Amino acid sequence: MAAAESYPEGLRYNAEHDWASIEGDVATMGITWYAQDSLGELVHYEPPDVGATIAKDNSYGEVESVKAVSDLVSPLSGEVLEVNERVVSTPEVVNDDPYGEGWLVKIRLTDTGELAQLLDVDAYKRHLADL
Amino acid sequence: MQTLSRTPLYERHVALGARLVPFAGWEMPVSYDGVISEHRAVRTDCGVFDVSHMGELEVEGPRARELLQSLLANDLDRIGPSRAQYTLLTNERGGIVDDLIVYELDPCRFLLIVNASNREADYEWLKGRELRGSDVRDVSDDYALLAVQGPRSIERLGLDPAPAFTFAEATVDGLECLVGRTGYTGEVGTELLVSADDASALWDRVVERGAVPCGLGARDTLRLEVCYPLHGADITPETDAISAGLGWVCALDKDFTGVEELRRVKEAGPSRRLVAFVMRDRAVPRQGMAIAGGGEVTSGTHSPMLDRGIGLAYVAASAAEPGRELTIDVRGRERRAEIVRKPIYERKE
Repeated sequence: MAAAESYPEGLRYNAEHDWASIEGDVATMGITWYAQDSLGELVHYEPPDVGATIAKDNSYGEVESVKAVSDLVSPLSGEVLEVNERVVSTPEVVNDDPYGEGWLVKIRLTDTGELAQLLDVDAYKRHLADL
Repeated sequence: MQTLSRTPLYERHVALGARLVPFAGWEMPVSYDGVISEHRAVRTDCGVFDVSHMGELEVEGPRARELLQSLLANDLDRIGPSRAQYTLLTNERGGIVDDLIVYELDPCRFLLIVNASNREADYEWLKGRELRGSDVRDVSDDYALLAVQGPRSIERLGLDPAPAFTFAEATVDGLECLVGRTGYTGEVGTELLVSADDASALWDRVVERGAVPCGLGARDTLRLEVCYPLHGADITPETDAISAGLGWVCALDKDFTGVEELRRVKEAGPSRRLVAFVMRDRAVPRQGMAIAGGGEVTSGTHSPMLDRGIGLAYVAASAAEPGRELTIDVRGRERRAEIVRKPIYERKE
């Protein structure tokens, strides 16, 4: 079942509808409820390679629905520690649980200073209201 | 900015919370609850599509048949009254101006149901070639068209079974329709041509009877699983019917526009063929993607029934046999696919 609309308090967001959850110098990232709803049911996740370096504001992978493909724009820079293989095999997990089981990638941050540039939940909701 | 046309069912789509998108100059529902669930509804039970954006042209008169026989690739003498036929409007180079279904209303009156994006072009094409004794009219605005498709569609509508490509005037819950046994999904079903004024009432009755509202998203995945070509993608004025695998629609023993070129292609053998493929790697092929060694994807999507990427592509005729591997350039990544026999999906009885 598709999840109900929500934007958790503790996460950081970017304007491209990606979220990041920070623990120490590790960030777990995914796409927001709004992003998965805009795309529709996901049918493909093209993940980065483990060990790859990804850069803030650049594409680190793709998600696709039946009708559309969307770049994943990294909110933060770092080295890929882990890819969610469950989403690779069953991408619709992202629709069911975008902030939990539907996480996409874990990275080790290379510049924690970038965190200050991300949106908190209130700023992200304001951004959504302006769309 | 061009204003988008709306079908008589626009308010219904909005009320159902459809995701509306521009398509061929129309504001059309791409999905309601989701492409995949709508697709499955049609494969397992019954779905209803608003396809009122499609055009209806009427050709009437003592020389209507003669006109159509000279312009359409299929042979109208193979059908008769109350029969419909899949056919092609062809140009002098044997290219496909449009693919359409012609209904023989009576021996002097024919209805052509054409693609929305080609409605004007088809009308101009036919009108410009009218004979004295054949009148071509665009009657699209008079009608709405509902496609009700799926294994339980006929039963849900309370209709009697009938052979494919027949049609009859009938009523559904008291509403008069032209009931055609045609469709674009590969399932049993019907297309209901109804006066624009009755469209909303008919839609409501059909939905009450259990048909699941389906959008153009599912229409595309359904047709691609059964390898029905899409005009503007798989077949165009630049592609010929033989290469596209539509030779069976071309009566090469009669005279029609472009027949000489089609006979030549048939005789010499086409240099390329439209093939169906299934992805072996996980990836969704899309229109325009290049194939290693030459060729191009003309339609691609994710198949809900196979849970795989699928598509149609033109490849060299010498490399078009089922089982052959293709390498598709998916935004810079090499992804493997395999040519398969058409259709890609077939119901297991």
